[in-house]
Amino acid sequence: MIFDGNESTLAIDIAFWSISASTIVGAIAVVQLKDLFRAALFLIVSLLGVAGMFILLRAEFLAAIQVLVYIGAISILIIFAIMMTRDMDQGSPFNILKFPAALISILFCSICIVVFLSTDWNLMEIALLDKTLDSTLIDGMSNVFTNTIPYIARLLIGNFIITFEIIGVLLLAVIVGALALVRE
Amino acid sequence: MNLENFLIVSAIIFSIGLYGALSKRNAITILMSIELMFNAVNIAAVAFSRYVVPAKSAMWMIGDDIENSVQFILTGHIFSMFIITVAAAEVALGLAIIIAIYRNIQTVSVTNMSDLKK
Repeated sequence: MIFDGNESTLAIDIAFWSISASTIVGAIAVVQLKDLFRAALFLIVSLLGVAGMFILLRAEFLAAIQVLVYIGAISILIIFAIMMTRDMDQGSPFNILKFPAALISILFCSICIVVFLSTDWNLMEIALLDKTLDSTLIDGMSNVFTNTIPYIARLLIGNFIITFEIIGVLLLAVIVGALALVRE
Repeated sequence: MNLENFLIVSAIIFSIGLYGALSKRNAITILMSIELMFNAVNIAAVAFSRYVVPAKSAMWMIGDDIENSVQFILTGHIFSMFIITVAAAEVALGLAIIIAIYRNIQTVSVTNMSDLKK
């Protein structure tokens, strides 16, 4: 059974903590490193950590998309742009707003954490304990999470079809725009 | 490992990205920080879709036809797929703009990109 909370074993906990530590360390390295190329490589580490987190959340299809799109395409694009704009001797300096920006970020992070910890979330486990959910509904939801791909396909082509089409038009516009911008 | 753990990791990554986007001079680093922020939002969306019940407040969507409407708990996955697509589009266009600017003024520092102001 997926939702009764007994999947929180020691191995999964260790996986979660190591993945989140590597993700956060990679993110800090992206911001703090002077060398742009190394920052881009640490961005890849951080994106891989996010893919691992998707696997822990039973979103394997999204993890595959994350690896293909982010690591396969976006980071390669960023590395190419770093190599084409030879500003490497400068590295990536801070501007004059370094300390106000740090203050705002820490403030934002602590407000978010306080809100997350004090909100009474409508959790799946609590609903299972209270027996407020229909049993056919629970069976259906655990079916969805055993194999998400057919349900994602149905949602994408059925209920979200207009967004799907608009995303196609957006990608076409981006191709045309990027070509027009980069052409000599 | 529960919902709050994922949300806190997401908030930390979002704040690091916010700090980078606000305090850096190099345009490519700012783009990378924005990518970090997108990823934090994706983690939060997928975690909500995994842990939070579409309970009484969302029962209008589930309805009687459980077979065909239980898939709506995957809406977070759909949202993060769209976010990933839009992020890819944004990076492609942003890097094209950065390269076009670099061709003209030989710098990628955002403090020097003030030609429109003069």
